[in-house]
Amino acid sequence: MAEAVLQVENLSASYRKNTVLFDVNFVVQAGSLVGIVGPNGAGKSTLLKTILNLHPSLTGSVKFFGLPFNKVQKRIGYVPQRGSVDWDFPTNALDVVTMGLYGQIGWLKRPSRLHKQKAFEALEKLGMADYADRQISQLSGGQQQRVFLARALVQNADLYFMDEPLAGVDAATERAIMTLLKELKALGKTVMVVHHDLQTVEDYFDHVLLLNRTVIQYGKTKQIFTRENISRTYGGDLRWLREESLHVHNPIK
Amino acid sequence: MFTILLNSNTQWVLFSTMIFGIAAGTMGCLAYWKRQSLMSDALAHAALPGVVIAFLLLGEKNLFVMIIGASISALIGASFIQWIRSSTRISADTAMGMVLSIFFGLGIMLLTVVNRTSGGNQSGLDSFIFGQAASMVRSDVTTMLILALAVILIVFVAFKEWKIYLFDPEFAKGLGLSLKWMNGLYTTILVTTIVIGIQAVGVILIAALLIIPSVSARYWTQSFQRMIIISALFGGAAGALGTFISALGRGWPTGPFIVIVASALFFLSLFFGKEKGILVKYLQLKMQKRLVNIHTSKALRTKGVE
Repeated sequence: MAEAVLQVENLSASYRKNTVLFDVNFVVQAGSLVGIVGPNGAGKSTLLKTILNLHPSLTGSVKFFGLPFNKVQKRIGYVPQRGSVDWDFPTNALDVVTMGLYGQIGWLKRPSRLHKQKAFEALEKLGMADYADRQISQLSGGQQQRVFLARALVQNADLYFMDEPLAGVDAATERAIMTLLKELKALGKTVMVVHHDLQTVEDYFDHVLLLNRTVIQYGKTKQIFTRENISRTYGGDLRWLREESLHVHNPIK
Repeated sequence: MFTILLNSNTQWVLFSTMIFGIAAGTMGCLAYWKRQSLMSDALAHAALPGVVIAFLLLGEKNLFVMIIGASISALIGASFIQWIRSSTRISADTAMGMVLSIFFGLGIMLLTVVNRTSGGNQSGLDSFIFGQAASMVRSDVTTMLILALAVILIVFVAFKEWKIYLFDPEFAKGLGLSLKWMNGLYTTILVTTIVIGIQAVGVILIAALLIIPSVSARYWTQSFQRMIIISALFGGAAGALGTFISALGRGWPTGPFIVIVASALFFLSLFFGKEKGILVKYLQLKMQKRLVNIHTSKALRTKGVE
């Protein structure tokens, strides 16, 4: 059996008076590509943020590689939602990717040419080499998302958390990102992705975490991602689901 | 008119307001991207009661002690804003507006009391409202210089850290940068910048020197580093030039002149700035229109041939 890279036990979190997450338990094995799926307001982003100590937890514990967060921070990469930063900030794509190396460069030191080279290679990998000097405000949504992915890539982490990397991106970007995620998985890395598109779950992820304020089901996509479990996650919105299943499955390969 | 420049005290005062302007321009860029321009105004006003109370306790004017009083008072104001925002339903801008006016009112009230007491009239405390650079003595200048240089140094040494802290704090935290530390350091150097400037520029207008140079610099560059440098230059120019003009007249306040110079630089940037300045935008639009016209007329002509 593979190594447990992430162990979440009895985790709960709230925003002011609303409990958003309660009694969340699951264990992720190394090399998994996990889709976190659930309706709006199910606490998907909050789950990532609570796991990463960006949002306070009320109860429970989270262990990474059997250790607490602050001992293994450098092995963890995070790709926030694109909308979480101000893209008008005066900087270019290469510079943003270089930020992923700041931990390796060391605090108070300036990035060297080697670091810039590394950042450029990451951009290249995501098909963004031509945009390295481009102002980030002049990038399209999909390009901005690729810059974020490149920034996470240079971190060279073992466990990645990504908050809706496929939301609102064009088909080419979706393809580039999914190729990258599968490559990361092939390298033995673990990736957890908040995902919103039910149609592509089966093609993209080998594990799925169905979430609606608590874990409804977690396991291999083939076994867990059934119509029954999905309707339990989304509440009685079955009619919408039936219509959905009538659509031709046409994921980007 | 330029003979006043030969006076060594004037030279020192000019030099110190210039360095202060550089510090304010630098710090202003951080405040701009932290979206806290208004916060600096609230903190400046909140500093006034501290200045007056420090004077009351000491019985004489000592810039260093007053700076400490101003800092404490401004920090109390900052924590009030923070507290109101997090534990009541009042929004941040309202909280700032409240703290700004209440602290300033309290400061003016205390000032009136001081001015009634014997000797208080000559205290020169009034200069803290609109700023009176000429009232600074050599020791004031030294205090101001050292602290301003410290602020500039902190921003430039940790330039990379400030950049990621302002652009994407959550990601920065993931890299192991302590947000608590950065927030603390940010507030510390912001308050320092404000309090060292209040004697020269005054509590009412000091925020202008934090806000205007950074906004002006935005019109000239698309690089964070260059934005800070340009903003620092604008701040320094406004500080030195404003002080010089105010020194031409007897008893002219310094703050308003500094702000007027800063605003002139802003209007220059707004019209002629190379990044989305009004003139550049107009010319670009005009050129695009011409290009479209050429294309369409070409297309029409080819159609006509067919």
